[in-house]
Amino acid sequence: MPDAIPVDSVGLVTPQIAHFDKPLTLTCGQTLASYQLIYETYGTLNQDASNAILICHALSGDHHAAGYHDMADKKPGWWDSAIGPGKAIDTNRYFVIALNNLGGCCGSTGPTSINPETDQVWGADFPIVTVEDWVESQARLADLLGIHTFAAIVGGSLGGMQALEWSIRFPERLKSAVIVASAPKLSTQNIAFNEVARQSIRRDPDFFDGRYLDNESVPTNGLGLARMLGHITYLSDDAMGEKFGRQMRHEQYQYNYGIEFEVESYLRYQGEAFTKRFDANTYMLMTKALDYFDPAAQTNGDLAAVLSRAQCEFLLVSFTTDWRFSPERSEEIVNALIKAGKAVSYAKIEATEGHDAFLFPIPRYMQAVNSFLTRIADQVTLPARQGESEHAR
Amino acid sequence: MRADLEIIDEWIQPNIRVLDLACGPGELLYHLINHKQISGYGLEIGPEDLNTCIQKGIPVLEQNIDEGLQNFEDQSFDLVLMTHALQQFRRPDLLIDEMLRIGKECIITFPNFGHWRSRLHLALKGRMPVSEFMPYNWYDTPNIHFFTFQDFERLCHEKDIKVLRWAAVDGHLKDHWWIRSMPNLFSETAIFHISRKA
Repeated sequence: MPDAIPVDSVGLVTPQIAHFDKPLTLTCGQTLASYQLIYETYGTLNQDASNAILICHALSGDHHAAGYHDMADKKPGWWDSAIGPGKAIDTNRYFVIALNNLGGCCGSTGPTSINPETDQVWGADFPIVTVEDWVESQARLADLLGIHTFAAIVGGSLGGMQALEWSIRFPERLKSAVIVASAPKLSTQNIAFNEVARQSIRRDPDFFDGRYLDNESVPTNGLGLARMLGHITYLSDDAMGEKFGRQMRHEQYQYNYGIEFEVESYLRYQGEAFTKRFDANTYMLMTKALDYFDPAAQTNGDLAAVLSRAQCEFLLVSFTTDWRFSPERSEEIVNALIKAGKAVSYAKIEATEGHDAFLFPIPRYMQAVNSFLTRIADQVTLPARQGESEHAR
Repeated sequence: MRADLEIIDEWIQPNIRVLDLACGPGELLYHLINHKQISGYGLEIGPEDLNTCIQKGIPVLEQNIDEGLQNFEDQSFDLVLMTHALQQFRRPDLLIDEMLRIGKECIITFPNFGHWRSRLHLALKGRMPVSEFMPYNWYDTPNIHFFTFQDFERLCHEKDIKVLRWAAVDGHLKDHWWIRSMPNLFSETAIFHISRKA
């Protein structure tokens, strides 16, 4: 944390919690009698509630997208580079909502919450949630906040899938969708990676079939391994090569199984750090939500047919070195939107960071998002309110 | 709006579906969307032009035309446009085939290399012409195919492509009777409206 809050930061923010008592029937058939969602907001909602943007998070994201919780925080929210006064998602003009999805482990109801029926931690009994369930719960949060129509729904990766689902499920409730580094469904290879991640968690003896909290244990080895694998798929070959090359820990080979190359140390660190902030059951849930997502299934695999319901404008962005959700995957969505005659723009951004690029403030990427959202803001007839500091401090 | 675009504008019906290849900053599409209620997309790879289109609300797709247009379905657009760009692509003949596969009709504009000034430049100086309209040297020009009004007509004939109408304009993109009478000699920009023979 810098000594003073940067001028282009949303500043200090306090998460809020919304309780829902109306039961939510999930895609899997189970019903959540009640649940809560944790969320943050940045900027000010205008009088006719037309300037709201919903941020949908990816696999390991949460509601803390921008700003700081405390002056002692080392880092701001996960998408602080894009959200703030004067930034690509400009809080001088927009009211931005970021939430932790259902099934998460950061304050929304999920596997680490108490199951009211048993008074025990849900653990592995927490029902599997889908992108559709998330969108349904997000719509209820919007209702609660008095927002009927979002100016934009924005998400990268799994977040982009939620934005896409919104455009199909609630076409009249969003003016635009910004879908970054995403896909209309997972490829076989994507599912395969997810399965390896899940198996590494499940086969950890500390997993206890998902009841590790009852056993006062944490499957750190399995979850760490899952994260290490995931991390490799988020980076490009080039990015890893540039960052670590064959840099070694010692001057000479040790000829043992300790850390020989720096990249090994990096991955171990990433894996371990992740286990301290993330729940293994949530990780499994999130990967399942990814696997199940396939909106075109309801129209016999015809993506254009299901997208013909959409009414919003679309911006799609992909990154050249992303092989987890390659540009071709974004282009599947773009081509389906063209076939359906929808307004869509598409930018393929030169980037070295691989899938992770969607989290970086790459100038041309940020410019595209900003240009798109600025025009949408003009369209929902918002006066530019330069210099105002009403955003959540 | 550029004078050649004004001519094209007169040829375009309202409410149609348009694909503009190499749309640049989207001047024509912007006009057509806002005044003729067309729906359409531009294809562009220049970062600044792309951003300008996004800013103006013109649907624009970052796609390299030389890598193919297979993602567009047969006859899925009423009109496919390409202004001042055909000479920049690897195989203009195949590109025209693709344009006519995707669009029911096409409008193509290109610099006419048969213009008398180009001929004179090459004849007298013995060097490749550099003009206000084509200000590049031979080694750095994006224009990799040079062809004339007549060359294009001939290609249409060979490919059995129907020329619905044409126009020929000078360096100021203005239309004059003497250009119309000898377009291959006097036009700096040629404009063709073509379709497949029924």
